[in-house]
Amino acid sequence: MIAITIDNRNVLAEPQDTILQAASRNGIRIPTLCYHKRLSPIGSCRICMVEVTGMDKPVPACTTPVAEGMTVETRTERVMELRRTVIRMMLINHPMECHVCGASGSCALQDLAYEYGVAAHEFGEIPVNRRVKPYATPLIPYDPNKCVLCLRCVHACQEIKGIDALSIALRGSLAHIQGERSRCISCGECWQVCPVGALTQAVTDPPTRIHQMEAVTTTCGYCGVGCQMELRVMDGKVWGVTAPDDPEGPNNGSLCAKGRFGFDFIGHPDRLTVPLIREGGRFREASWEEALAYAARKLKEICASHGPDAVMGFSSARCTNEENYLFQKFLRAGVGTNNVDHCARL
Amino acid sequence: MTNSIADLEESDCFLITGSNTSECHPVIADMVRRACKRRGAKLIVVEPREIPLAREAHIFLQPRPGTDVAWLNGMMHVIWKERLWDEAFVKERTEGAEALFRTIDRYPPRRVEMITGIPQDQLIRAARMYGSAPRSAVLFAMGLTQHISGTDNVKSSANLAMLTGNVGRPGTGVNPLRGQNNVQGACDMGALPNVFSGYQRVSDINNRAKFEKAWGRLLSGKPGLTLTAAGEAIQCEKIKALYIMGENPLLTDADLTHVKKALARLDLAIVQDIFLTETARLAHVVFPAACFAEKEGTFTNTDRRVQRVRRAVPAPGQCLMDWEIIARLSTAFGYPMRYGSARNIFSELAALTPSYQGITYDRLEAGGLHWPCPDAKHPGTPILHQGQFVRGKGLFHAVEYRPPAELPDTDYPFTLTTGRYYEHYHTGTMTRRSKGLDLLCPQGYAEINPEDAGEMEVEEGDRVVLTSRRGRVEMHARPNPACPRGIIFAPFHFHEARINLLTNPARDPVADTPEFKVCAVRLEKAAD
Repeated sequence: MIAITIDNRNVLAEPQDTILQAASRNGIRIPTLCYHKRLSPIGSCRICMVEVTGMDKPVPACTTPVAEGMTVETRTERVMELRRTVIRMMLINHPMECHVCGASGSCALQDLAYEYGVAAHEFGEIPVNRRVKPYATPLIPYDPNKCVLCLRCVHACQEIKGIDALSIALRGSLAHIQGERSRCISCGECWQVCPVGALTQAVTDPPTRIHQMEAVTTTCGYCGVGCQMELRVMDGKVWGVTAPDDPEGPNNGSLCAKGRFGFDFIGHPDRLTVPLIREGGRFREASWEEALAYAARKLKEICASHGPDAVMGFSSARCTNEENYLFQKFLRAGVGTNNVDHCARL
Repeated sequence: MTNSIADLEESDCFLITGSNTSECHPVIADMVRRACKRRGAKLIVVEPREIPLAREAHIFLQPRPGTDVAWLNGMMHVIWKERLWDEAFVKERTEGAEALFRTIDRYPPRRVEMITGIPQDQLIRAARMYGSAPRSAVLFAMGLTQHISGTDNVKSSANLAMLTGNVGRPGTGVNPLRGQNNVQGACDMGALPNVFSGYQRVSDINNRAKFEKAWGRLLSGKPGLTLTAAGEAIQCEKIKALYIMGENPLLTDADLTHVKKALARLDLAIVQDIFLTETARLAHVVFPAACFAEKEGTFTNTDRRVQRVRRAVPAPGQCLMDWEIIARLSTAFGYPMRYGSARNIFSELAALTPSYQGITYDRLEAGGLHWPCPDAKHPGTPILHQGQFVRGKGLFHAVEYRPPAELPDTDYPFTLTTGRYYEHYHTGTMTRRSKGLDLLCPQGYAEINPEDAGEMEVEEGDRVVLTSRRGRVEMHARPNPACPRGIIFAPFHFHEARINLLTNPARDPVADTPEFKVCAVRLEKAAD
């Protein structure tokens, strides 16, 4: 550990720490926007600027390494004004419609504008006519006016997924994110890391903002990776899927298109909702009591006339451990046969 | 998997074979890409098709379908001859190496090239890359197992890992990527004809005594039938009743015409599912079940990690959780089951399953646990076979190459291989009903090499008919250079193009897995 001073406090830091990491380690908050703990430092937004004794200009805390004896100030009037200017510049062309924006309440720009008391950009009218091509995936609309060009999306696509479908196009006031449809895998990683409302979801029309919905952490029901995911729930319906920021999970906060967008089947009108019994070549609806009694009686008849080994059960790799355990217990102890298998061999 | 997913981040070399990882296990493909880009790990892909990950590989080998034992033996031949093998590991921790050496001696690169089509120099390069990396991991999926030689293919991969000492250390191992959310758990829980939960054999009298005591019934010691043997057993009237929970064999099994005939012969077919699937339509009684978002429980993922499943929304209509339905059916049948919750079932199964014994719902609140986890203090086992193998010494199984059951000929000149698309899952009952995924990928194609397509005058979007000795399917065609000449790929997600009408039910003699990955077909343009 090395000793440094932050805001007149003597603190210890790891030698490989950045100023941001050292501050965070010691409970000192430096505001950030482009910084994301699952990404390497981007250094694009200039919100985390701090002053270091001996350096002429403020430096970004997220990319500047600590050094023995360094003295850092995080809230001088100079850096506070710098942050205000950065926020004002981000608000140029930003539609001031937070009340109808899906990110409101979880928007880093909104929080910073509030914290630094920036109500408007005060640069006057600056018309911009960006010609933006469709985003990398039809499932995620992109609004260049809300985009703060933090580049989290570009870095996530590159560093977390290794896909490289996103890049920045043009410069200055025309700059925007451009996507390559042929590379994109619609995993939604960019949407997940976007700190503002620039990236949204096209396929659902949720009654409220996704981030304000209850988040139920569960395990994805598709492939065997076992990704940890949060089902976003309101009014008894799943409206979206986010990934918990959990470095211990097998997916480390990442998902694929199936995990992210494969949830509409849950409340689909085609779902079976009542037991069915076939009668004369057609199904009719039945009560649970009747359907269970029917199945149990027929099973008993078959066992009585042909023995328990005339019964077989196909269990399911889609169901839980508890259900698979109970299924084989029913076949083995209830019916009396080892004729139980599932699709592992398929 | 012998190792954990997180562990892959420490590998120096990946050998991926029989796995279209970026489409079927995308999050694992991300980790592989990260390891290659950030740390310079090496990637070897061995696949008949040029899958997306092949384009990022350092070495891409393209064997003929069904020739895996040959190239695996060939790689070991090179590693052995060039003394890249781990002599100390083989000596101390394994047995049966002499027999292996005698076998792999017969697979010089020249012979392997004749069998597999892999150029000798490429095989040698791949063998050197895998054999000389400090930590090499093999990743595979159904592309290795869905063959009549599936068991041999897996044994060969294990041979390769043991020969090079790539077992029981971080970043190494033999790692099957399992295709379904809880296929590991279903096996662990004894949904298999020969074992109780925790792979305790039913033929062992002590195991039976243990379960008889817990369950209060006398139990049969005769192993049951496998799923793939069920069709014949139904046809010859040995099986009269079938209880199917959450499976759709009418799209997933090989040779569907026979499967359908078999199901129609049953005196009783009970199907329990979330949709009225192709299979449920043939049932006598259908039970509506809750889906994963509507239930409590646990899944065990591909790296043996037991994780919680939590109820987020209520199930529609009168749907019940599968365990509730089983318990109620069992009770109506005369074997009462009363459980108030999934937690109670878990406590019972953990007590009877040594590898799960230390796992509780309370512990899972803090995150998943890898089995074996034998007691309440045990931290779980992310890496198997550390220090010694589960059986003591690692046993080499010397295996010989056997050709697939059905090879192309003049009547059926193409080889058909089946698999998944990134956007869809199995029979599509869930993904095709999800708006976003359906938008991304609304239909499947018979993918064919562009030169073959040119010769057949087939263009993108043309309707073609695929015919095998077992059936015919009409679907759209798409020329795709990822397919080598003579090979057609088609997905099995789409009920309107049931590709398993064509596949060959010939099975691996040990695992009883059908050869989905190789069958001979003919391709013709559809009549207008």
